[in-house]
Amino acid sequence: NNVMKSMLERERGFTPVTASVVDRHVLARGSQEKVVDNISRKDVEEQPDLIVLTPTCTSSILQEDLQNFVNRASLESQADVILADVNHYRVNELQAADRTLEQIVSFYIEKAKKYDTLVLEKTTKPSVNIIGSTCLGFHNQHDISELKRLFSDLGVSINLIIPEGSSVNQLKKLPKAWCNIVPYREVGLMSAAYLEKEFDIPYIDINPIGTIELASFIRKLQLVLNNLGADVSFEDYITLQTKFKSQASWFSKSIDCQNLTGKKAVVFGDSTHAAAITKILSREMGIHVAWAGTYCKYDEAWFREEVKDLCDNVIITEDHALIANLIAKTEPAAIFGTQMERHIGKRLNIPCGVISSPVHIQNFPLSYKPFMGYEGTNQIADLVYNSFTLGMEDHLIEIFGGHDTTEALTDTLSSIEDLKWSQEAKQELQKIPGFVRGKIKRSTEKFAKSNNINSITLEVMYAAKENVGA
Amino acid sequence: ISCVSWLYQKIEDSFFLVIGTKTCGYFLQNAMGVMIFSEPRYAMAELEEGDISAKLNDYEELKRLCLQIKKDRNPSVIFWIGTCTTEIIKMDLEGIAPKLEAEIDVTIVVARANGLDYAFTQGEDTVLAAMAQRCPHEDPLSIDTTYTSKLFKDTKSENDYVNHPPLILFGSLPDSVANQLTLELKKQGIKVSGWLPSKRYTELPTIAEGNYVCGVNPFLSRTATTLMRRRKATLIGAPFPIGPDGTRAWIEKICSVFNITPIGLEERESKIWGSLEEYLKLIANKSVFFMGDNLLEISLSRFLIRCGMIVYEIGIPYMDKRYQNGELKLLEKTCSEMNVPVPVIVEKPDNYKQLERIRKLQPDLVITGMAHANPLEARGITTK
Repeated sequence: NNVMKSMLERERGFTPVTASVVDRHVLARGSQEKVVDNISRKDVEEQPDLIVLTPTCTSSILQEDLQNFVNRASLESQADVILADVNHYRVNELQAADRTLEQIVSFYIEKAKKYDTLVLEKTTKPSVNIIGSTCLGFHNQHDISELKRLFSDLGVSINLIIPEGSSVNQLKKLPKAWCNIVPYREVGLMSAAYLEKEFDIPYIDINPIGTIELASFIRKLQLVLNNLGADVSFEDYITLQTKFKSQASWFSKSIDCQNLTGKKAVVFGDSTHAAAITKILSREMGIHVAWAGTYCKYDEAWFREEVKDLCDNVIITEDHALIANLIAKTEPAAIFGTQMERHIGKRLNIPCGVISSPVHIQNFPLSYKPFMGYEGTNQIADLVYNSFTLGMEDHLIEIFGGHDTTEALTDTLSSIEDLKWSQEAKQELQKIPGFVRGKIKRSTEKFAKSNNINSITLEVMYAAKENVGA
Repeated sequence: ISCVSWLYQKIEDSFFLVIGTKTCGYFLQNAMGVMIFSEPRYAMAELEEGDISAKLNDYEELKRLCLQIKKDRNPSVIFWIGTCTTEIIKMDLEGIAPKLEAEIDVTIVVARANGLDYAFTQGEDTVLAAMAQRCPHEDPLSIDTTYTSKLFKDTKSENDYVNHPPLILFGSLPDSVANQLTLELKKQGIKVSGWLPSKRYTELPTIAEGNYVCGVNPFLSRTATTLMRRRKATLIGAPFPIGPDGTRAWIEKICSVFNITPIGLEERESKIWGSLEEYLKLIANKSVFFMGDNLLEISLSRFLIRCGMIVYEIGIPYMDKRYQNGELKLLEKTCSEMNVPVPVIVEKPDNYKQLERIRKLQPDLVITGMAHANPLEARGITTK
């Protein structure tokens, strides 16, 4: 969606998505001419390498033969044209992204096979492809930078990063890599499985989030590369990084973290992040995870297996109201979830760290905030610790009677006693947001006084407003 | 369907049920931003594959949902908002509603606000047109229940007002803006008998044959048509009260219909212009380009031309020349008085070609949607 992309990611380019608009005329005549014309038009205007025709919920119901349009349009256009094989009523956005990526990868691999341009020779030094870096992913750009740094430290070069930032013409080079990395569960697994089947390229699907998982990830990489004839040992690197680069393991020993031992938390998000954070809270910080859950229903088996011994209960649901009720019932000391859970937390006065999509513009930070790699472990430790201490401070303030500033803030300092406010005017005043209400009240009273008015009605309020040019 | 986001706030005892797919749900969630977290009085009836293939019974499904809404929120009215999907599968919402209404005893109003036929603010138009048909015909009680009387405690008797037929204004505005417009008319001795919509559904104004109606927004042509044809009201076709020039023209037109000579309008307008001097200095002679998405474009252009700006292009999703007639004439008059050519009005613009024109013209300001704003800013073009 164009608005999401240019707002959330503050994208500088125009989002390369166009709509073949379905209106009444289309219902009468069919969308065929329109779709084919639109493909040809974009082909000329933008000169892309590939055009992907994407069905929506509406076009799914029209049951037109979109594949036929694609075949016709590809005869005329310079660009390759494919139809995204996604059914609106059967898959969600993450599954659709996974499937579409695999479709594009296999399309270009087959094409390269046909023209005999496939690059099958492995790189001389160990190298990897990173699969599943997408736009609108949660802290995705920062994660990818962190992974680049990790591989560079390990002496492993990066062959390709797809899909974000790569061109379809490079896809024929995918088989050059020794191994594929799938950092997120949600997007990339299908492509990695396809490449394993076609070219026998192994893939690693351990999510490199948190100190322990990160170590397993690196050890798995070491094993895979050595099996392919490299002679590498990453053990010293793991020890060094864990001790000095990452503060997280030291933090877990420090008295700060001891304060958190046994505190109750709940976790909810996509399967990658919810599983990773549950592992960190439970194994690395000694926090009691009352329940961990995901909205990725189709990935239920994997999720259950990952968190089974690390929390009391596993929740699999897309129902946000159910989660709200569960949080209210559990009354955790902190929540780790999506923006929805953050707002539930606000209502219940429970702090929340956001760990997964769906996200808000504030989850696209300008500063460097990866969740993956060793720097990621530091970020997560901060996030967890800040969530809990904030909650503690709140309680202390409550116990000791709060900051004594409340009085001064609500006092409007208006001392004009002889002014009467009519019922309607009072109501209008109540509609004005709290932080400016005092100011409006004062300026209205000032206006009334200077005009020798002694009862304030709605009319007087509007006149005062006009007077200050607001 | 985005009209739901402001209409549910305006009509305090309403509940909006959007009948559509996940796509509609995603759209509303994104468009409404943080409001989504304030337990809004709207919900999606999300259609699944079983609904599309008619395996499930529409009536039973809607009954189940509406009973739940009645139990949880007890609204005075439930609005059903039809979408592209309900259009294509030809779900008979208008047919189901009266039956269900009788069965569960909650008023149900159906409005088709789909993307096949309408753009953005036109959604409000379809909802208000549906509501116009539900306005009571006659006041059940003879006591004075007019909007103005209730709002401003008119104890001073009817002498403040000129004798004129009832006037009902239509268009949803924040309460404080609606009150201010009511007051402006009161200063001319004109009494506002009611607003469509009112703050509560149960307070819909009475509209009888021969009453006068006047719109406050440029996108309400269906509502205007319904009021004229179905309720036999007389439409006052005026420019819209946007900008001091528009507001003055709006009041003058209403006055002229009621044979009233307006008082003090000229001073009032020039006083407002006076308070805007600082801003006018900033925008004088600057150029502006409307890409077009909400039907306010004609009125805003007319206002900005009066402010001294040069408008290159007025993009607009849909142009009803009859309903906007007063506004178009004022635009022409303003252009000739300010000595600038009348800008081109582009109905249903092609955004891609507009971007080419923007690149060529390099306007000082482009009024546009969020999809184009950041990319244009990155190319050195200021946007709003």
